[in-house]
Amino acid sequence: MIELITTIGRGALDRVASFGRAAIFLLQSLLARPAPMQMLPLLVRQIYVVGVQSLIIIVVSGLFIGMVLGLQGYTILVDYGSEQAVGQMVALSLVRELAPVVTALLFAGRAGSALTAEIGLMKATEQLASLEMIGVDPLRRIVAPRFWAGFLCLPILSAVFALVGIYGGALVGVEWLGIYEGSFWANMQNAVSFYDDVINGCIKAVVFGFVVTWIAVFQGYDCVPTSEGISQATTRTVVYASLAVLGLDFVLTALMFGDL
Amino acid sequence: MTQLDDIIIDIRGLTFYRGERAIFRDVDIQVPRGRVTAIMGPSGTGKTTLLKLIGGQLRPDAGEILLDGENIPALSRRALFRIRERMGMLFQSGALFTDMNVYENVAFPLRVHTKLPEEMVRDLVLMKLQAVGLRGARDLMPSELSGGMARRVALARAIALDPDVLMYDEPFTGQDPIAMGVLVNLIKRLNEATGHTSIIVSHDIQETLSIADYIYLLADGSVIARGTPEQLSKDSSDQVQQFMEGLPDGPVPFHFPADDYQTDLLGY
Amino acid sequence: MRLRMMELSVGAFLIAGMLALLMLALNVSGLSLSESKQSYTLYARFENIGGLTARSKVTMSGVLIGQVTQISLDPDQLMALVEMEINNDVDFLSVDSSASILTAGLLGEKYIGISPGADDEMLADGDIFEDTQSALVLEELIGKFLFNQASE
Repeated sequence: MIELITTIGRGALDRVASFGRAAIFLLQSLLARPAPMQMLPLLVRQIYVVGVQSLIIIVVSGLFIGMVLGLQGYTILVDYGSEQAVGQMVALSLVRELAPVVTALLFAGRAGSALTAEIGLMKATEQLASLEMIGVDPLRRIVAPRFWAGFLCLPILSAVFALVGIYGGALVGVEWLGIYEGSFWANMQNAVSFYDDVINGCIKAVVFGFVVTWIAVFQGYDCVPTSEGISQATTRTVVYASLAVLGLDFVLTALMFGDL
Repeated sequence: MTQLDDIIIDIRGLTFYRGERAIFRDVDIQVPRGRVTAIMGPSGTGKTTLLKLIGGQLRPDAGEILLDGENIPALSRRALFRIRERMGMLFQSGALFTDMNVYENVAFPLRVHTKLPEEMVRDLVLMKLQAVGLRGARDLMPSELSGGMARRVALARAIALDPDVLMYDEPFTGQDPIAMGVLVNLIKRLNEATGHTSIIVSHDIQETLSIADYIYLLADGSVIARGTPEQLSKDSSDQVQQFMEGLPDGPVPFHFPADDYQTDLLGY
Repeated sequence: MRLRMMELSVGAFLIAGMLALLMLALNVSGLSLSESKQSYTLYARFENIGGLTARSKVTMSGVLIGQVTQISLDPDQLMALVEMEINNDVDFLSVDSSASILTAGLLGEKYIGISPGADDEMLADGDIFEDTQSALVLEELIGKFLFNQASE
């Protein structure tokens, strides 16, 4: 019995300590701004790895999700004779929810796990220690560019996702199912507000980008430098990041759209 | 030992715990300037930890580590990075940056710490690579190098900024005899040519004895013997002899501390 | 060469992101770039606004001329007070114009429709529509209909 309580206590203490380390780590990486001239090539490289290489998966998933939304929306709304509202349904669900959330989940799986594994492996092969001994702060050189790249890329990917999805919905709704094109777009434009929907969606994407990259980079930096430790850290990145995104999404939605 | 008058690194009362286990208990080590000092001892005695303590990557629980009078554990993060420019370290695995080729790896410290024009960087890099005999391998990626070559490139990178102190972490482990000979030779030659201070952590007795000017023997968290290679070879203490001769059992036991064998087997 | 390709693709990626955001703004949310047009404020009191919200459209003959900015309850007259912005170039609303709350389609969104009057004097910033017509509430309509049927 006492054993059990001890185990719970130790687990809780470990979590709190780990969270504290993560917070300190975040602060140090944010403060560790490298000189802009040195930072730029590193940042470009990381945006390439984190952003450009994630583009394909984002475009493909966005297209399919938009098409499915168009199809499902049509079959439901056609019963009420309001199939021209498909555009507004597709656009609102994508811009407000699906684009930031699904992008963040895909991003955690595609880029987040890669970030964790890369940094973890650098730690295991003593590259981080070696940087320190050369007199270069690995937080500046390795962590900060990756952090900013992730932070910057997720909103962009999310915008691309939403746009592709909406055109996917239009493809199904207008081209295949024959909704009148004018009312499809006009209804959408009436329903979607730039400030309330597009901007709030972007804010979500920014927050998710911040959280997912933070978790990914920290798990890599904090991992046990063995092959087992790296694989555990990668798993943790995907799990923690996904949970954090879904939980935060509820909180943000409640703040933005709900009158809680 | 008159050469001990000129001390570059002075470690006093060093105590370091990992969890409950004491890695070092009140250890004193003096490293003479411009010489090759070897830290030897069985695996698991914290030799690599000692290098990390000198490099400021770990902080001791007590004691001072003075590099020319500056106490490393007490330095701020910024000052620590500055003082590390005076140190070079050769890691056990080489620790080359896998996303850069050999040339860029060696050029890296120069680019970060100096504002030299590109031609001068090129000259310096080629000089360092020539010194380790790998000028022809400059365009290879680290994954294309053998273990010994990777370690030599790492050595070229470690001496790129002409450090005052060069630390070698197990430079000979896992090398074939030829690569080992090359490294031994290289370390000796570099030390004589540039006059920097070398600290070698190793448990390869023959190779280390052949290049070290002064040796510290560590076991169980403290210094059990110190002296020149000749002095150590003649040391009569059991512990020293066991290590120098490579005997399987002795004062450093073959068995990890455990309960009595018989009680353990019979259960409780 | 590989480096150039990378820089190129990163540049294209960033531009694509900006474009996507721009298209979301223009095509999807129908934001017009001339949003910050000069406008003046008019008020109208309604007995029932029936689902009108801030940012609802204000139209005249079906043409968009402004939007609702604020809806509050007038404590003196116990009526809804609607504040709306009218584009400055629409400066020909006579003081006897009337504002009515209309519905787009049978169940669609509410908006304000302005019908012009005949007076020579024009409404200016801060003026109030004297002639208003509240939203049609379906339940009231049906109630009236039934009442009339019964009294016949």
